[in-house]
Amino acid sequence: MKEVKKQGGLNAEIQSRIGHQLRAMYDDVVRQGVPDRFAELIRKLDGPEAAAAQIDDPAKNDGRD
Amino acid sequence: MPLTDSLRDDILASVPSLRAFAISLSGNGDRADDLVQETLLRAIANIDSFQPGSNLPAWLFTILRNLFRSDYRKRRREVEDAEGNYAKTLKTQPAQNAHLEFEEFRVALDKLPQDQREALILVGASGFSYEDAAAICGCAVGTIKSRVNRARSKLSALLYVDGAEDFGPDETVRAVIGGNGG
Repeated sequence: MKEVKKQGGLNAEIQSRIGHQLRAMYDDVVRQGVPDRFAELIRKLDGPEAAAAQIDDPAKNDGRD
Repeated sequence: MPLTDSLRDDILASVPSLRAFAISLSGNGDRADDLVQETLLRAIANIDSFQPGSNLPAWLFTILRNLFRSDYRKRRREVEDAEGNYAKTLKTQPAQNAHLEFEEFRVALDKLPQDQREALILVGASGFSYEDAAAICGCAVGTIKSRVNRARSKLSALLYVDGAEDFGPDETVRAVIGGNGG
């Protein structure tokens, strides 16, 4: 009899491994913190208008013509 | 609500996880940072529509996810060196074996349908509840649950199609095999 794999147990182990790899990949980026460009961007924006002015997309809806 | 200093701080505190989400979705570090920048601009431009006391990360993730989806449709035909660019975003170079395994995982993740990939990342990595993930994706909680389940089983089929062999001399497996002598 060759079929000795415990399907349930093995599956749980695979799932835990997948979860671990997923978080490792994700947390690797999270640990890099906030790049300067984003800290500066948020600091220098006075408010909604300043942000809207920087969105270079014709689909933007900033309420002005 | 108005853009107070504390709201700025809260938005800034979400940047690391927004980047991780963007990279997980797009597989491309440069493009991910463009997505994050666009998300921040849009969030602040529309800050009046943010409900004080509601879930700020979920709100920001929703903006990023919608941007990614419209961006994705536009760029679908572009050929990108996704893996190469992704590797550049990593500060710590994993050891050889770990790196190989990591690449394999990355490639498998990219093979998932977009709906399943984002659901799995939101629940399995970002740590959102099924309810929050459903709100972010604009679908029912049950839909998120089934997407996450399908993503998990597809990943295990892609990565561990041969089952036990990939685990090496694993205790459980060895015990099972060892106990088979009868």
